[in-house]
Amino acid sequence: MKHTISVLVENKFGVLSRVSGLFSGRGFNIESLSVGETIDPAVSLMTIITTGDDRIVEQITKQLNKLIDIIKVVDFMEIDHVERELVLIKVSPRKSDKAEFLKIAEIFRGRIIDSGTQTFTVEITGDEKKIAAFIEIIKPYGIKEFVRTGKVAIAREGLKKK
Amino acid sequence: MKINGSKILIECLKKEGIKHIYGYPGGVVLNIFDHLYDEKGMELILTRHEQAAVHAADGYARASGKVGVAIVTSGPGATNTVTGIATAYMDSIPLVVFSGQVPTMLIGNDAFQEADIVGITRPCTKHNYLVKDVKDLAQTVREAFHIASTGRPGPVLIDLPKDVTTGMADFVWPKQVNIRSYNPTYHGNKWMIKQSIQMISKAKKPVIMAGGGVILSGAAKELKELAEKAKIPVTMTMMGLGGFPGTHKLSMGMLGMHGTYYANKAVQDSDLIIGIGVRFDDRVTGRTESFAPDAKVIHIDIDPTSIRKNVEVDLPVVGDVRNVLKDLLSEMKKHKEQWGAVRSSWLKQIDKWKKERPLEYRFDKKIIKPEFVVEKIYEVTKGNAIICTEVGQNQMWAAQYYHYDKPRTWLSSGGLGTMGYGFPAAIGAQMACPDETVFDIAGDGSIQMNIQELATAVINKLPVKIAILNNRFLGMVRQWQELFFNERYSHTGLDVTPDFVKLAEAYGAVGLRAATPDEVVPVLKESLKVKDKPVMMDFVVDWKSKVYPMVPAGAAIDEMIFDEEKKTPKRKLKAVK
Ligand SMILES: Cc1cc2nc3c(=O)[nH]c(=O)nc-3n(C[C@H](O)[C@H](O)[C@H](O)COP(=O)(O)OP(=O)(O)OC[C@H]3O[C@@H](n4cnc5c(N)ncnc54)[C@H](O)[C@@H]3O)c2cc1C
Ligand SMILES: Cc1ncc(C[n+]2csc(CCOP(=O)(O)OP(=O)(O)O)c2C)c(N)n1
Ligand SMILES: [Mg+2]
Repeated sequence: MKHTISVLVENKFGVLSRVSGLFSGRGFNIESLSVGETIDPAVSLMTIITTGDDRIVEQITKQLNKLIDIIKVVDFMEIDHVERELVLIKVSPRKSDKAEFLKIAEIFRGRIIDSGTQTFTVEITGDEKKIAAFIEIIKPYGIKEFVRTGKVAIAREGLKKK
Repeated sequence: MKINGSKILIECLKKEGIKHIYGYPGGVVLNIFDHLYDEKGMELILTRHEQAAVHAADGYARASGKVGVAIVTSGPGATNTVTGIATAYMDSIPLVVFSGQVPTMLIGNDAFQEADIVGITRPCTKHNYLVKDVKDLAQTVREAFHIASTGRPGPVLIDLPKDVTTGMADFVWPKQVNIRSYNPTYHGNKWMIKQSIQMISKAKKPVIMAGGGVILSGAAKELKELAEKAKIPVTMTMMGLGGFPGTHKLSMGMLGMHGTYYANKAVQDSDLIIGIGVRFDDRVTGRTESFAPDAKVIHIDIDPTSIRKNVEVDLPVVGDVRNVLKDLLSEMKKHKEQWGAVRSSWLKQIDKWKKERPLEYRFDKKIIKPEFVVEKIYEVTKGNAIICTEVGQNQMWAAQYYHYDKPRTWLSSGGLGTMGYGFPAAIGAQMACPDETVFDIAGDGSIQMNIQELATAVINKLPVKIAILNNRFLGMVRQWQELFFNERYSHTGLDVTPDFVKLAEAYGAVGLRAATPDEVVPVLKESLKVKDKPVMMDFVVDWKSKVYPMVPAGAAIDEMIFDEEKKTPKRKLKAVK
């Protein structure tokens, strides 16, 4: 099962390696990771995507909670939430395909943030499904480069249990 | 008034009430050592190896219940502590280890004697720090002692760059520690406690499984009260030995891989297991799918990660053992069960198992059996000694044949199983308890891993007794080779060992030897007479002795094997001397 885990941490050096060490030390992979400051600059938020059976993930979240520099851990598996990821994609469509490509980008509410003689760079945000669908569709137009921020997640109002 | 970092460090240690520090000097900690030189009321004990400094601090902590402290230099000094730190981490022992570090300016430059000790010890400390500014030093030390000694205890490392030890700052000792992200749960949930009383009164065949948490939380008295009140038989993990009196009628001794027949039987047959400060280690559960198949499990532990880690739990109670047991006992008063009547057939069954297969070994008139030595140590010390052990067969026999009636009298590396732990730990224990008799029950292999500490014991006039069960083998490994590898004794024979008697004498210690059973007691008695230096005793024991009962790897804990050698034809052994 894929889990989205959000971890509120003290913004101190070494915290990231404490967190990642918990995963690597048990032979688990972090599929995506994003870190950023919160409103309180002394606190950062990490969003981690990982896969594992529920018992393993339960153990991981408990272990995360146990780390001294960690303030709070939320496994979004049990919580109604929204997720987003931002992707930048450099595409080089053939001249004849350009119009069609721009149309598709528009349908997905992608923004062209850079263009040159050969390529367009599209910025797209969305949840996993939308991004996967977009990538699938534009593949034939020739993807040159591709970067993603990693997912971030936030609970819906009231932190309702699913 | 501003003072330098080394002085601040010492002021911090004074505030923490530290009297003994174990350590080893080097370049970047010269300033600290220079300040320690004049310090009265605080003693630095120079060990002969940094690993031993940490084990000694650990032994001090286990025997006294206080935090153990060690100070070492950067690079090799720091890396030498890793085994000691990992040993303490696995057994939840409170330590604060200070390592010197190259000046902050040079960190990351592959400077001389630089090691990223914070990175290296991250997975084997409860927490660690690199102090980058002398202004943060006092706060950091305060936090470190707090973290090491509260919640589930554990080792904390503080890395001190040289410029931090020389930099100037005001000494401000924080009045209290407030770490927003660290708040252990000390009190069990009331509803859960009520629920557990329900489960205890319904149970027909309950067993208490007491672990290291009972000792760490100081709950031996409450545990005894619970067991006696509700008439529940008690088994202990290796780390729990001493948490409940080994000589008590309700005691079933240790369970697990080398546990007693009756403890393992009772656990497997039980309908309720009350796990108290245990972590259901694989040495204890055997094959987990077959562990106590009909039992419901109540698990009391301060660390949520211990719960449901290895076995399913029906009722988790997160909290400090002592608090939870107190609440449980007062809740129990409201119940009017006639516990004695409820349990009588279960206790009878356990007595039957006890008679069926007691712990036993074959005595021999000519050859010393290792179990015999342990038994005699128990007799001559009247069960009042602090027993440290090395790792291997010696450790298991010491667990089986000595009865621990009091907590903090059994010091053994359980989780990491560190050969070389026992002797330095005994040094720390002897310093913590100068009036007690302290033994290290050792193997001929393990003792050589920190034998240099004889010098430390001699110079500090510590009358530690080392009892080497000398089987000329890495016995525990040899036992597995005999049983599971066709007696192919690959690299387990210790063909060359020093003459331990002469070695002891060379260090200025007393060396004694017993080669026949009738020499055992005189040698032990002789050792007890020595009050001002260590005694190393070489007991030449039967090399073929094995630890029984034994649960083979991957078996259920009631699938034990016993000493049936008499029934099987004598086999030819390869590495006989
Ligand atoms: C050669 C060898 C053979 C061994 N054979 C056996 C064997 O046959 N049987 C056996 O039992 N062991 C054996 N061991 C030891 C084994 O490896 C484990 O170390 C041991 O079983 C762990 O004991 P424990 O569960 O009590 O946990 P510990 O490691 O002592 O952990 C203590 C538990 O208590 C909790 N705790 C701590 N403080 C508190 C508190 N204040 N309140 C509440 N909870 C608290 C902790 O969170 C933790 O879960 C052997 C070791 C070696 C080296
Ligand atoms: C540092 C370390 N290395 C290796 C081992 C593996 N090991 C476990 S028991 C043992 C043999 C110990 O021999 P000895 O000290 O003579 O004790 P005996 O079993 O003979 O009583 C070994 C090598 C270990 N536990 N620790
Ligand atoms: Mg041996």
